[in-house]
Amino acid sequence: MLRATLKRLVTIVPTLIGVVVVTFLLTRVLPGDPAAYFAGPTADAASIEQIRKSLGLDQSLPQQFLRYLGDLARGDLGNALSTGQPVLKEIASRLPASAELTLSALALSILIAVPLGILAAVKEGSWIDHLCRVVTTAGVSLPVFFTGVLFVCIFYYRLGWAPAPVGRLDLYSVAPPHVTGFFLIDSLLAGDFDTFRATVAQLILPASTMALFALAPIARMTRASMLSVLSSEFIRTARASGLNSRTVILRYAFRNAMLPVVTTLGMVFSFLLGANVLVEKVFAWPGIGSFAVEALIQSDYAPVQGFVLAMALLYVALNLMIDLAYGVIDPRVRLEA
Amino acid sequence: MTALLDVKALTVEFATRRGTVQAVKTVDLEVAKGETVGIVGESGSGKSVTSYAVMRILDRAGRIAGGSVAFSGLDLKGATEAQMTDIRGREISMIFQNPRMALNPIRKVGRQIEDVLRRHAQAGSMDARAKAIEMLEQVKIARPEERYHAYPFELSGGMCQRIVIALALACRPQLLIADEPTTGLDVTTQKAVMDLVTELTRARGMSTILITHDLGLAAAYCDKVVVMKKGEVVETAAARDVFAAPKHDYTQKLMCATPRPGSTLRGLLPAEVAAAPNPPAAVSGEVLLKVQNLVKEYPRQGVTKSGAQMFGRGAAQEPEKPFRAVDGISFEIRRGESLGLVGESGCGKSTTSMMVMRLLDPTSGNITLGGDDIGAIQAKSFASSPHRRRIQMVFQDPTDSLNPRFTASRAIADPLMRMGALKGAGAVRARCEQLANLVGLPLDLLDRFPHQMSGGQKARVGIARAIALDPELVILDEPTAALDVSVQAVVLNLLDDLKAKLGMSYLFVSHDLHVVRLLCDRVIVMRQGAIVEQGSSQDVLEAPKADYTRELISAIPHPPG
Repeated sequence: MLRATLKRLVTIVPTLIGVVVVTFLLTRVLPGDPAAYFAGPTADAASIEQIRKSLGLDQSLPQQFLRYLGDLARGDLGNALSTGQPVLKEIASRLPASAELTLSALALSILIAVPLGILAAVKEGSWIDHLCRVVTTAGVSLPVFFTGVLFVCIFYYRLGWAPAPVGRLDLYSVAPPHVTGFFLIDSLLAGDFDTFRATVAQLILPASTMALFALAPIARMTRASMLSVLSSEFIRTARASGLNSRTVILRYAFRNAMLPVVTTLGMVFSFLLGANVLVEKVFAWPGIGSFAVEALIQSDYAPVQGFVLAMALLYVALNLMIDLAYGVIDPRVRLEA
Repeated sequence: MTALLDVKALTVEFATRRGTVQAVKTVDLEVAKGETVGIVGESGSGKSVTSYAVMRILDRAGRIAGGSVAFSGLDLKGATEAQMTDIRGREISMIFQNPRMALNPIRKVGRQIEDVLRRHAQAGSMDARAKAIEMLEQVKIARPEERYHAYPFELSGGMCQRIVIALALACRPQLLIADEPTTGLDVTTQKAVMDLVTELTRARGMSTILITHDLGLAAAYCDKVVVMKKGEVVETAAARDVFAAPKHDYTQKLMCATPRPGSTLRGLLPAEVAAAPNPPAAVSGEVLLKVQNLVKEYPRQGVTKSGAQMFGRGAAQEPEKPFRAVDGISFEIRRGESLGLVGESGCGKSTTSMMVMRLLDPTSGNITLGGDDIGAIQAKSFASSPHRRRIQMVFQDPTDSLNPRFTASRAIADPLMRMGALKGAGAVRARCEQLANLVGLPLDLLDRFPHQMSGGQKARVGIARAIALDPELVILDEPTAALDVSVQAVVLNLLDDLKAKLGMSYLFVSHDLHVVRLLCDRVIVMRQGAIVEQGSSQDVLEAPKADYTRELISAIPHPPG
């Protein structure tokens, strides 16, 4: 197992090299001249040229790439020209916000979708199966920005159940001392339950918005995968041995049905990171998505590069975790590794 | 003596898209204590459904529509689901066909036995493991402590079936239902498994229901036999009587379709349809296929080897020899001759046929077809070689070897369109119809898809496709293994007729010596990649020289008479 893990870790290296090269090239082929943009509309050619030089944009591509690599090695992702802050610092402060939102949404959707999918498969054709179908269809057909606005409109504006969508905390709460950057965890670590409650209250609407979107693929995959496993022969053996339905469904069927579900989780997580950008805009969430979009509009290389790099690293880590989870679930995968 | 299991007028219905279908019609079945009852029939006879109905594990679409099921005085038909889960595994248990699929693939086999023991309160958390290991010992699994931790994919088919038996007998039930327990296992494994079941059930005074399509198996192991056809019981009698003097026409037909010593190819068919036997094949002296010193090696994959390399101990050790799937075999097939290649799974017979078919590259050795060295052509480029059309293949599973989205005529036309010289759709269609007539496929079936045809019809399509280009050599890879005996009888006769008519040579790969004897002039018996015996079919079966051949022949159960 340990050896398989190490082997899998080695395969990450070429992926990372590819990611670095692609992020570098990607930002270079984007339209727009950042030097002209930052010089302002009234600047003359000489000052644009000077800014170009200060950004290193007058050098050849390989030279720029080498400089980029050197900066990366020192952990320097450059400065965001719009805010003047180092990109690394911006990402470090914003990534936990996005991660907290995405992970909460993912957890929420798993908690609902997996049991729903299992029930729909076990009681195929019953009302719960139809409910599953309705919820999943609604989930995929409503765009997140729409559900987000709808939720705000209903639960904040009409009913007043939810706090104002003003970011991670309402105006009266203070951010907990920084440990992990996740307010949910940090507030608990600090023993500050008021902040914890405020964080949860702020999280509920955006997380539900994204969870509704993520529900459909997870529930459908769980249902389909459970159906195929439930009709397999070892389930018949288990039933013929008198094992009760709880054991048959959870210990025998669900564990076998989990592989495709875990694969789907990986994909859903990447969808959610994409959906983040819109949800963060709607709920004024100080996350990494809104930051990246602004940088992109301003042709600000460094933050975009940093964002793409951070996302790519996240995906690589996620895929690694999924592969390792395969090994834990299925002994046959362990052997192949 | 009252019966342990008493099934009266059992009727089972399935709701299908075309309305309700009765899979089992007013079936009566009695099993006394300690008795072994065989339920015999071909696919679709309702024999498995009857047992599922007794266990109340029918699919959602199926339901017991009438009759009664009494098990030692208890009404199983009216029992609640909770009562049934207590009965299943503790009072009545089942073993299944395809043992590897019958086990949870991702749970240690020992744990699966424990699950059953603990469910029926036969063991607690303290002694479950010891009891599971004891069960493994009882089903004669070597090194049970170690095998407790094995996953099904790490065990052979025969071992998996032993695990399933351990699972079924763990809670000492009174009745064991064995549903085709040895289908898909080798004959020697089949004998070992059946002997084990008999030994264990006899020692515990258990009753057994053996569901099988194999009359020989039923004859060898049952006291009483129930013959089923299309959901109905056609004959119930003591095993001795059924085979000595079958009363019902259907039983007689089944009996004569089962190959056994002394039966002839034509004798498998009912008397009224059997034609005169083909004259002995005109085997010329000319050698068509010549295989010399054929070897196929695979590198051994093992943790030990790579582990040793990793820790730098590899150099000190002897480098491990590659695994030889085929170990230097030589044989010839003459024009018009059919050669049988017999052996148990893993003996290298399929690897050999794949190399002859040029789907696999041999490690060394020569393969020549009519003087042309086809062994020298790379497997990946053989498809575009002009020699490709000279060898064709008929596969084991008639369903899986047809593209589900191709009609029968499209499937038959496939080789014509790829390698044939025919021009235009009309000519191809005409040739398809000609081939269909040749293999006895009704022309109106040509536009059907595989799922709309029966197993025998699909087998005919597969054969028509193989002979479409007038090949010189046809490789038949267990072409009847998935078919019912009566269909097998027809297909074997068809193959023999085609050979007589078209003058092809056959390489017939099979595990069934009796079937091989009927169709082949000569037989090669393989074991562990090598040839143990070869000679004329008659000699090898009637006077086997090698011990292994004798073991194979004696392991085949066959109905008396």
